[in-house]
Amino acid sequence: MKMKAMNKTTKTNFITYLLVIVIYIVVQTLVMSGSMSSLMQGLLVPLCAYVILAVSLNLTVGILGELSLGHAGFMCVGAFSSAFFSKCMVDVIPSAGLRFFFALLIGAVTAGVFGILIGIPVLRLKGDYLAIVTLAFGEIIKNIVNIMFIGKDANGFHFSTKDAVSLGMEPDGVIIVNGPQGITGTPKDSTFTIGVILILITLFIVLNLIHSRSGRAIMAIRDNRIAAESVGINVTKYKMMAFSVSAALAGVAGVIYAHNLATLTAQPKNFGYNMSIMILVFVVLGGIGNIRGSIIAAIVLTLLPELLRGLSDYRMLIYAIVLIVMMLYNWSPKAIQWRKKYLYFLKFKVEEEV
Amino acid sequence: MSFISYLINGISLGSVYAIIALGYTMVYGIAKMLNFAHGDVIMIGAYVALTSMTGMGLPPAAAVLAAVVFCTALGMLIERVAYKPLRNAASPLAVLITAIGVSYLLQNTALLFFGANTKTFASVVPIPPLTLAGGELTISGETIMTIAACIIIMIGLTLFVKKTKAGQAMLAVSEDKGAAQLMGINVNGTIALTFAIGSALAAIAGVLLCSAYPTLTPYTGAMPGIKAFVAAVFGGIGSIPGAMVGGILLGIIEIFGKAYISSQMADAIVFGVLIVVLLVRPAGIFGKNIQEKV
Amino acid sequence: MKQWKKVMSAAMVTAMTVGMLAGCGGNDKNEGSSGSSGNSESGEAVFKIGSIGPVTGGAAIYGEAVKNGAELAVKEINEAGGINGVQIELNFQDDENDPEKAVNAYNTLKDWGMQALLGTVTSAPCVAVGSEAMNDNMFLLTPSGTAVECVQGENAFRVCFSDPMQGVESAKYISDNKLASKVAVIYDSSDVYSTGIYNSFAAEAKNTGIEIVAAEAFTAESKTDFSVQLQKAKDAGAELVFLPFYYSEAALVLQQAAGMNYAPIFFGCDGMDGILGVEGFKAENAQDLMFLSPFTPTSDDETIVKFVTDFEAAYSGTPNQFAADAYDGIYAIKAAMEKAEVTPDMSASDICEAMKTAMTEITIDGVTAKGLTWEASGEPSKEPMVVKIADGDYAVVE
Repeated sequence: MKMKAMNKTTKTNFITYLLVIVIYIVVQTLVMSGSMSSLMQGLLVPLCAYVILAVSLNLTVGILGELSLGHAGFMCVGAFSSAFFSKCMVDVIPSAGLRFFFALLIGAVTAGVFGILIGIPVLRLKGDYLAIVTLAFGEIIKNIVNIMFIGKDANGFHFSTKDAVSLGMEPDGVIIVNGPQGITGTPKDSTFTIGVILILITLFIVLNLIHSRSGRAIMAIRDNRIAAESVGINVTKYKMMAFSVSAALAGVAGVIYAHNLATLTAQPKNFGYNMSIMILVFVVLGGIGNIRGSIIAAIVLTLLPELLRGLSDYRMLIYAIVLIVMMLYNWSPKAIQWRKKYLYFLKFKVEEEV
Repeated sequence: MSFISYLINGISLGSVYAIIALGYTMVYGIAKMLNFAHGDVIMIGAYVALTSMTGMGLPPAAAVLAAVVFCTALGMLIERVAYKPLRNAASPLAVLITAIGVSYLLQNTALLFFGANTKTFASVVPIPPLTLAGGELTISGETIMTIAACIIIMIGLTLFVKKTKAGQAMLAVSEDKGAAQLMGINVNGTIALTFAIGSALAAIAGVLLCSAYPTLTPYTGAMPGIKAFVAAVFGGIGSIPGAMVGGILLGIIEIFGKAYISSQMADAIVFGVLIVVLLVRPAGIFGKNIQEKV
Repeated sequence: MKQWKKVMSAAMVTAMTVGMLAGCGGNDKNEGSSGSSGNSESGEAVFKIGSIGPVTGGAAIYGEAVKNGAELAVKEINEAGGINGVQIELNFQDDENDPEKAVNAYNTLKDWGMQALLGTVTSAPCVAVGSEAMNDNMFLLTPSGTAVECVQGENAFRVCFSDPMQGVESAKYISDNKLASKVAVIYDSSDVYSTGIYNSFAAEAKNTGIEIVAAEAFTAESKTDFSVQLQKAKDAGAELVFLPFYYSEAALVLQQAAGMNYAPIFFGCDGMDGILGVEGFKAENAQDLMFLSPFTPTSDDETIVKFVTDFEAAYSGTPNQFAADAYDGIYAIKAAMEKAEVTPDMSASDICEAMKTAMTEITIDGVTAKGLTWEASGEPSKEPMVVKIADGDYAVVE
């Protein structure tokens, strides 16, 4: 019995990895043969970032069972810390690969540390109160990033939270972080291949965590905290573990995001609660706790508005309607019943969720 | 003197948050869902009132009534089409995401109908501003009106919930949906009624918000919506007096933060205070901290 | 339940694959066209000009204005026979004021076969698109991207003033005309444009001896109430309040200042243009408001009168500076294309090479300036006018 269960999880995980690899090969072939539009090529790297975000948030929402509305905040931390590093080191480390590797480490570690720091107060709360506090932290991070001015000249680094003038820099100084204008001119080190490798690493970390002893402890806490506590599970430790890993992975996504565009700004659109909610949409649409579903939902929902560009003025309207309809189709008990009744011929083999 | 002036401004801003939070907390308390589209219903209410005043030449009172009727219908429609099918979904998050979809839908519909241009809202409040201390302090008519409306709505809602059958039904549904159903309460009807009341309140809030801060775009409702959500949590979500106190406190904190600490960090201060409050009182100021049982 | 999800996801993946292939299919067609020639649907040769800006989201007002201004100019040019006899096709894409979406929009336009870009409207997206355009050697003319970095590449030009230029000019004007010695600034600390102007204004203020007695910020999240910022300016004894942000917020600031009986001199930047066009705005609140602007819709200049009349007829609303910048932008592209003698069968890169030099040689009499010329750095050479609002009308201060 136990053996069989093991095999099944291994198989499910294997399919997930395979899905990513197959998509990668197909896409690479299309790119090589030159039959992929510029739009699609431009979307590849952001897609990787969103997939990682969705998978990492699923760890918090699906496995740990806590609603986080501040995930974009961790992404923001990862993005800005790594972009700051890359911008400073662009002359010191000429090799893009090596520089990106260090940037990645810095982004992930900083976001992970923030995850721990924020997790300490946040994880004491429950339910919607926890959600609102994560939202609050996300907004605080965005606000602070927006008023940060950091410059560098012969005398070293200068820091101000007021304006560029009060940095008091020498004339030869360079402003690295320029308030709301953020960081301009980050080297474009993200590539699709790196993105896919990072997705695989993320999947490896998350799937292994889920199926490890710690993962079972985390899910036990999700299903019944009191029961879990009474059998001697250290609730705080495991909650913190899931939360900080999730934060660090969001940081990784931030690193990819930051090294893809020439400009990095913290706007409500990309690092505010809007983005946090968008990531949550990926997770819920893909199925809470379903890692493969998150990947697919992230891809579908990122491509959708781009594919709707032909509709010009009605684009976002149609997007909203499609989102509502997909949610109803996927989640409504009535719709599920209807599908069972009339679409039985499409029936695939039954599979248990994680 | 400037302290008192800041305090008055804080209360003005807070009263607007409070009136939005009342609708928010109503819906949350009974339907147990964060209605992210609430802020956008507010925006629609304001557009309806504005169109009836400038486009159709209705008097302000009639315009407000038109907005209330329209939003009530809209709220019930949204509930019926987008939320009700998901009431028994496997996860409560499903309906939250649908609410986000509805929010996008309302914003983009308004964008198509009314365009992106900012419109100035003509105040519907006939009360003249109150001048104190020889012209040093002014309290605008809108502030007086908003606070009065807030108090009336708060008392009205409290009485409604405590004294009427429908209100008692709401309480029962919010406590335990299953048990309420077994006691013969029409759960679906009660929730629909809640959305109707919540949306009617949103229409009033929209008109008052735009009277006090008279610009209107399709995105006007989004940020006050989130702030009101924060206010509702501040006060203890689901608590009617909590929403009012939370809203006014939030307004005062925002203004004082800007005035005495730093205007650059206003958002960080508001959210920082929120975090501290929730760490000390994890269920908000008026919220009941329900002990988990095995 | 699970199996249905699988059905769904399988369907989704199929749909997306089809979508991607469809995208590819479209590309095959375009590769032929963008590589060698620009062809309209009917097969006739046209110049394909792309444009990018926000038409949804909080910044939609600005994108909408640029879209309308550009469309109007294209219509006029086409009716008058086009560029050297070749018609123009304009394609406007939404970027939601998000750099990432802007790059997507740019790539969409590239797939369509764009040969020159008018955009993007806002600064941060413009920097992101600018770097892509530089790599592709695509001609870029931003109507309203004010940040310094917007025109970094040799291929990039702008129609509007830059942030530093506006900050410096404002400070100079205030000190030269002795408007005030004590100045308060209210700015949007979450906005690139606003903070950019504030920073250069603060730097120049030091040189000109203006004292900044209060510098108060607001953010995109808290822009309903400005009473604190105004109260602080009042308490600090500011004689002039500098408002480097857009008119939609400024309308609220002026209204609230009137509500608290505070009447210093208010001084704004080009973003202030259009304030009288806000539906329902009480013009008496903006009495004596001054701002730097390249464009006044009430001017009796022949070109402007024609532009304003045509615009009002087509789009029901007075054009603001964004529409004017876009209108001039299209005419600048036309002039540069004619000067460079490019043909629609040239590739975008060749067109860009030719237009780079042509841009510095043309002079146009547009609605935002007379005798408008460009430097190789991408900056336009035009003098800002100071406009003062008197009795509900714009008036140019000499």
